Amino acid sequence: MDNTNQPPKNDLIDLASIRARLSKEQGKVYWQSLEAISGNPQFEELAKQEFPDNTEVWIDPFSRRKFMKIMAASLAFAGAAACNLPTERLIPNEKIIPYVKPPEEIVYGKPLFFATVIPFAGSATGVLVESHMGRPTKIEGNPDHPASLGASDVLGQASILNLYDPDRAQTCSYLREGKSWGAFVGALSEALEARRQKGGEGLRILTRATSSPTLASQMKSILAAFPKAKWHQYEPAISDSTRAGAQLAYGEPVNTIYNLAKANVVVSIGSDFLAQGPAALRYAREFGQRRRSSAEKVLRMYTVESTPTNTGSSSDHRLPLKPSEVAGFAQALASALGVAGVSNSGADNAAYKNWVSALTKELQENKGTSLVVAGSGQPAIVHALAHAMNQTLGNVGNTVSYTDSPEYHPDGFTGYTDSLKELVKDMEAGAVDMLVIVSGNPVYDAPVDLNFAQAMSKVALRIHYSSYYEETSELCHWHVPESHYLESWSDARTFDGTASIVQPLIAPLYPTKSIHEFFAAFTDQKDRTSYEIVRSYWQTQFANDFENVWRKSLHDGVIAGTAYASKTVSLKADAFASASLPKSTGVEIVFAPDPTVYDGRFSNNGWLQELPKPLTKITWDNAVIMGPAMAQRLGVTRTYGNSGGEHGRSYVDMVEIKYQGRTLKAATWILPGHPSDCVTLHLGYGRKKAGRVGNGTGFNAYSLRTSGEPWSGGEVQVVKVNETFEIACPQGQEVLHGREHDILRSSTYEAYKSGKSEEGKESKGHHEEKKEAEESVEHLSMYPEDEHKYPGYAWGMSIDVGNCIGCNACVMACQSENNIPVIGKDQVLRGRHMHWLRIDRYYTDNGHDEPLDNPEAYFQPVPCMQCENAPCEVVCPVNATNHSAEGLNDMVYNRCVGTRYCSNNCPYKVRRFNFLQYADFTTGSLKLLNNPDVTVRSRGVMEKCTYCVQRINYARVEAEKENRSVKDGEILTACQSVCPTEAIVFGNINDKESKVSKLKAEQRNYSMVEDLNTKPRTTYLAALRNPNPELNKKG
Amino acid sequence: MQAKSRADRNEIATMAQIFHRSFNSIAKISIVGTVLLLATVGGVFNLIVIRSSYLTQAQVAIEQPIQFSHKHHVGGLGLDCRYCHTSVEDSTFAGIPPTRTCMNCHSQIWVTSPMLEPVRTSFATGKPLQWKRVHNLADFAYFNHSIHINKGVGCSSCHGRVDQMPLMWKENTLQMEWCLKCHRNPEAVLRPKEDIFKMDWEAPEDQETKGRELAKQYNIQSKELLTSCSTCHR
Repeated sequence: MDNTNQPPKNDLIDLASIRARLSKEQGKVYWQSLEAISGNPQFEELAKQEFPDNTEVWIDPFSRRKFMKIMAASLAFAGAAACNLPTERLIPNEKIIPYVKPPEEIVYGKPLFFATVIPFAGSATGVLVESHMGRPTKIEGNPDHPASLGASDVLGQASILNLYDPDRAQTCSYLREGKSWGAFVGALSEALEARRQKGGEGLRILTRATSSPTLASQMKSILAAFPKAKWHQYEPAISDSTRAGAQLAYGEPVNTIYNLAKANVVVSIGSDFLAQGPAALRYAREFGQRRRSSAEKVLRMYTVESTPTNTGSSSDHRLPLKPSEVAGFAQALASALGVAGVSNSGADNAAYKNWVSALTKELQENKGTSLVVAGSGQPAIVHALAHAMNQTLGNVGNTVSYTDSPEYHPDGFTGYTDSLKELVKDMEAGAVDMLVIVSGNPVYDAPVDLNFAQAMSKVALRIHYSSYYEETSELCHWHVPESHYLESWSDARTFDGTASIVQPLIAPLYPTKSIHEFFAAFTDQKDRTSYEIVRSYWQTQFANDFENVWRKSLHDGVIAGTAYASKTVSLKADAFASASLPKSTGVEIVFAPDPTVYDGRFSNNGWLQELPKPLTKITWDNAVIMGPAMAQRLGVTRTYGNSGGEHGRSYVDMVEIKYQGRTLKAATWILPGHPSDCVTLHLGYGRKKAGRVGNGTGFNAYSLRTSGEPWSGGEVQVVKVNETFEIACPQGQEVLHGREHDILRSSTYEAYKSGKSEEGKESKGHHEEKKEAEESVEHLSMYPEDEHKYPGYAWGMSIDVGNCIGCNACVMACQSENNIPVIGKDQVLRGRHMHWLRIDRYYTDNGHDEPLDNPEAYFQPVPCMQCENAPCEVVCPVNATNHSAEGLNDMVYNRCVGTRYCSNNCPYKVRRFNFLQYADFTTGSLKLLNNPDVTVRSRGVMEKCTYCVQRINYARVEAEKENRSVKDGEILTACQSVCPTEAIVFGNINDKESKVSKLKAEQRNYSMVEDLNTKPRTTYLAALRNPNPELNKKG
Repeated sequence: MQAKSRADRNEIATMAQIFHRSFNSIAKISIVGTVLLLATVGGVFNLIVIRSSYLTQAQVAIEQPIQFSHKHHVGGLGLDCRYCHTSVEDSTFAGIPPTRTCMNCHSQIWVTSPMLEPVRTSFATGKPLQWKRVHNLADFAYFNHSIHINKGVGCSSCHGRVDQMPLMWKENTLQMEWCLKCHRNPEAVLRPKEDIFKMDWEAPEDQETKGRELAKQYNIQSKELLTSCSTCHR
């Protein structure tokens, strides 16, 4: 009954023997998990059964008996409905409710797209939002917006779920009692009037980072009315050191913009710039363009980092170092490059000595076309060193430019942590009697040493404005619900200063207020709508021709000509005079924003919780991430569930972390490529008041994080405790059955362009042998020859494994587009995850390092392969999966009876089964979220990727109506359209001129598990890397 | 209970048989008969009942909140279908007219008719009319009006003589076999573009050749594609 009792006693991962095994491997071996590469027969036994038939119990609320009872009723109903009966008599009458007066532009049944931006963490990303009859359903990137260029990221894709989240705060409340907005405004006015005489003394406003010009002007007028009031800002996941680093190097907090299009060599010092930060999508797009086999000069990328990230894993060379060593590396490199005033102490550190010399040479050969990027989690000195290196290398003006910061800050702002510290100090001193917290959650995410909650309790009147009733709201008197960005008018600047209008797609679902309306209540124009406020601000900016500018800006999603001009800056002579590097002190800890739930503000988002994290692939929790060497030393291990088929249940050891006098007990996760003597803990978990989805997931990193060392620190004690924890990790439990050599293919640009085999020398023999074997059995196919002909379109997809940075945007886009349900941790533990598109992460030997400590990583997205010889089709007893005339493996949900034969016969494991009623048919607000063009599947139905057949049909119908064929690039699948690196290309392979045909004609084109002769329509382009031969030597 | 004596048991053994020999045949016949009976019932159910208008509601006039007559508006006044069903050429959904469309005329004529009171109320209060759905396709079938209209399938091919319907009814069953009838053989119903909205169009005698010509002219997709599952289901 209970699975949590005792973890099974199977010693699946014996790290020492895995090391020995890997060192013996000939050629490149690709592996997904430590268990899979262990060669342990026990693991293969566990992996055998795909479906958890022999798990003892059904989901908790449904005991088996109760389930059968429910089923009996359903069966009776199904018996009647199954014979294709028209359901007129069986379902209640539907109504058609037309408009009274139809709104402009709406054509019944056709979606409209509106441009807006997602304001996020002091920046903004442009999006186009799909609206079905006034109901936003899907977010796409805006090609005209400089931070999007048509791509979109995980958080942007998932943000639409927050709009419809039934757990959102829906009404104002005073001490948890529901109140009206009017009542709040009354109480607020009274409180403000009482303070007006004293110039607002004791009034403090705490906001998040903002780049909204309108908000900045509102704050200005509020502070003018209350001159003694103060505005504070706090962001838990934005590093102050970026700002401090620029201040240190240039004497002013300039904003740095990179241009990868012009760079030949990029060195990332702890930066995940391809996946994190306001311009990540743009950088990833530029990176992708410079990494194609057709690129004139291929960009080479080095990453020095602690926690493995998307950027590091996509680099040609990656060096795992502890945080203190990363800083040392930066100093050594700067000194070797001849940056003035930098000491060369520590340059002979064996950990990075050869890197410094190789990089110095390469960077000096690429003056003006190289780029050094410092990570936001690095200390200010590293940022300053990166600035200085770029100056020395002549990169400024070429690959690096500087502008003013797009963010707005209070006067005298020096950093988010400082600003919060000042507030806490004043609260403790009793100088604050009214605190207004705006869309932050400091009780949860403030540094632990500040004791924010305790200090706040001294404030007489506390007001919290946020979208959820969360930890901070609990301790405040008033709570005012915040409107979602899709419900409100606002504005925001993006990374280069370009401003955009945030326009709503839907009227607020609940009586919530936008941030501008909330602050309007502080002024004498209390009832102004956010539309009036935002519009009147921009009226002052564009006095001439305002109406045209406004309309065009709304249409385009950007206000033309608002980007900041680049600034000329000069390096301070004494920049490094007083600089000191962090010292290496024992085991170190890294704090980083989580790749899915960020700083915790997305904790209640089920899509993000269930999204496997890019490298660890775990869902629903965070964990203390450590490298194999450290795990070996601590004796930390993990094991799998003991009943077959539970491909998602990992029992991991727990540890206790002691750091600066505080302790946290948390689960562990062993991650290859993580440096030794260092652990990583992601922010955003361990919340108590996130909502029904986010409560109680993971471990609270904020309970260890201090204001002094918010990103990394030393002197950490990690002790294994005698407890285990269940982690839901839906990947790595499958056996490759001898395909470890060619499940994925990779090579180097050099080898590829010189015409050598696509996988490098070592594995060539292996492949040739295989190819010969394949040729001899080619005509032995069991499928009838030429059963299917494709006279019209033949849809196909090409995925460039080399360009995939594993950012997960495609997975999220697929979930949003195709109404894929969230199933919860319990079901993921049972191996029942529903993602139609998964990203398989593979490791392999990089040729010179110990493969467990620093492997090469690759990402291989796996949607349905749409096989021409589809194994799924022939085994379906009810013809529910069929071959279409265009080569798709159609899945007919209404015909499926749930035998699961198709999935058992699918070699790619891309079919997903609704074991229970996962789709939510009852929650009203979630119904609005569904894409009306895709069936919402119910229990007992198999589902899978269809190449977004709804988009194919739409485009085909539109083309047919115009009597033309579908143009190349007219159909973008959901995954393709969001991909920042353009790694996914979809199109008609019958058209030899189409982009996808040309990619498939490249020599590096391969299909997965080719030997099964399934003839998949989805094929891959072998990953090409551009390593520096000097660093590729062993030893 | 006591064990029976040997004599008792002998008596049972020699007792006259309850069932006569002929019952063997009866039993056999009844087994076969039951199967036959079930098959007949099933067959009748399959062939007649599930296609009956009782279950499909085909040809059954639906009462509406307003007694709107297509017969009067289309047959009598000669309004074009597209005057009200505006998106039929562009979109999946043909469109149900907003109250304002009714008021275009009915703010001028029949302005006091009690029958039109709900229309006037709707327009005055902004509360929409609520029509009962007549053609209710299953949610897993994705039908697109515009492609049919643009490819030579006329309104009356599916909706029947709407101009003769005082109250709207569903002319056809909307069952999958009915859809497939045309998807397997579209030539039988294709008509020239100018006749699409003609209610009284009837297939000419040489429809077979005309249809083939039209299919070529309209570039009708292959039957394989028209009968591919994902053409309608996704």
